[in-house]
Amino acid sequence: MCTVLDPGMLTTVQDLGRTGYRAYGVPSSGAMDRMALTVANLLAGNTTAEAALEMTLRGARLSFARPAFAAICGADMQARLNGERIANWSSFVIPAGSELSFDHAASGCRAYLALQGGIQVPTVMGSRSTYLRAQIGGLDGRMLRAGDELPLREAMLPRQSLALPPEMIPAYTPDITLRVMMGPQDKLFTAEGIATFLGQAYKVTHRNDRMGYVLEGAKIAHTSAADIVSDALCPGSVQVPGSGMPIVMGSDCQTTGGYAKIATVIGPDLMCLAQSKAGDNIHFHTCTDDEAVQALREEHAFYRYIEDAVRPLRN
Amino acid sequence: MTANMIARMLDCGEQALIVEFGDSIDPAINARVHQLARRLNESASTGILEIIPTYRSIMVRFDPLVQRREDLKKEIAEQGASLDESSTSVQGNITLIPVAYGGEFGPDLDFVANHNGLSPQEVIELHTATPCLVYMLGFTPGFPYLGGMSPRLVTPRLEQPRQRIPAGSVGIAGAQTGIYPIESPGGWRLIGRTPLTLFSPRSPQPFLFAAGDYLQFAAITSEEFAAIAKEVSAGLYTPQVRQIPQGGPDVHGA
Repeated sequence: MCTVLDPGMLTTVQDLGRTGYRAYGVPSSGAMDRMALTVANLLAGNTTAEAALEMTLRGARLSFARPAFAAICGADMQARLNGERIANWSSFVIPAGSELSFDHAASGCRAYLALQGGIQVPTVMGSRSTYLRAQIGGLDGRMLRAGDELPLREAMLPRQSLALPPEMIPAYTPDITLRVMMGPQDKLFTAEGIATFLGQAYKVTHRNDRMGYVLEGAKIAHTSAADIVSDALCPGSVQVPGSGMPIVMGSDCQTTGGYAKIATVIGPDLMCLAQSKAGDNIHFHTCTDDEAVQALREEHAFYRYIEDAVRPLRN
Repeated sequence: MTANMIARMLDCGEQALIVEFGDSIDPAINARVHQLARRLNESASTGILEIIPTYRSIMVRFDPLVQRREDLKKEIAEQGASLDESSTSVQGNITLIPVAYGGEFGPDLDFVANHNGLSPQEVIELHTATPCLVYMLGFTPGFPYLGGMSPRLVTPRLEQPRQRIPAGSVGIAGAQTGIYPIESPGGWRLIGRTPLTLFSPRSPQPFLFAAGDYLQFAAITSEEFAAIAKEVSAGLYTPQVRQIPQGGPDVHGA
């Protein structure tokens, strides 16, 4: 059991999201940065399917009555265990009676705390991910608050910490390049509109959350209207409403939408969006289907590398 | 008769593609969408993760590490080539939605009536007269985008949306009618409320209906509303579902 002393700014339970309910209007939800979640799970000795905490901009303060084994990845929230600094992108033992605290994000936006055994909230439609708008998943469908008790499965405790080699830790910079595959509705934009989208930098505005990121920059021109007969959206869809400003959809994005979508950010690059903050600059760079699939292959190879490193340490 | 009615397939990132049948809201186009969606769901093709049918297209989410895009497209094109062209051969159900109209349940019933030069009773009769096609679900979990409302009920949205609309509220926005599955803000004119739960996330069957089904509203009294609500919360209520008769229901979809 783990007790929440201070929930931080916006902390929710997330796993890799729900599959199979978008036809019913239920978003996939799940971690905004699936890479950081997955690495945290693997370092903590979990399968990739376990649920962890996603903390946003300012992290939580937690107390542990019983020993646990944990890993933190993603934004650097300057974690401390009983006052001692803990390295980001590493796993560590939490002795009974410890306090684990996080501060504001010194780099990045979202940090993931995985605990061995996973956070055992009930699954709702096949996932433990919190979807705040419909109040489902996680802890009663809401963000954490002080006094909450997180149900944990008993840890097997490998008792050997592991850290990601520094060269494998992603650097979060204020200049971000997101690879996109053009479409599905790139034909509804003028050649200049597409050149603007690919040539200009777009600023992340304060209107950003798990649903989507509203960006600001040069106006993207449509051939005529911005509206289409509503069709399906997915995380990474880049909608351009009549304002000409792109909106990149996130994990909690609604399942359908009525604005033309100029392009789709490829899955492996969504982690860069998840770690961006208001004021950061985004550059869109087009890639082919082959390049996108290759990036996905590399993402999975990276996970296998970590799995292989962790396996010998298991009890 | 069969024909290939897929208009185009579009890329939507490395893990999805969009299969389009047309550019308009049309019951015949939507019937093809649901026909292909059903086939793809039943085919259990390797690598397909999720099928999301909408008004006039389907999103197919797949794992590109298991299934190559070009092979999947070929497979979908083959399925599309053998669709049944007689578009009304829908296989869905008609789910009866009991609704208490007017009063506290439907504060805008009188407005809708006045706006269309009807009596409140005539609004209720028109709203319950024919089944409505569930073109798709979206906006919030279980929210149905319906076609088939009488053109005599068309009413503009509220100028100032309400902050809180109770779950089950039945409303009209322009030519559309719909039901709010969960409490949410919204600008639709509310004419009634159903005691049924459209979204039960913890149930093995979280949704009352699926895209491609039909709904038919049925007027109930406030006493019946209370009785059904009690059965629903006790988990004893079984919604009335009719099979669509051969040749399709007697409706106009848009």
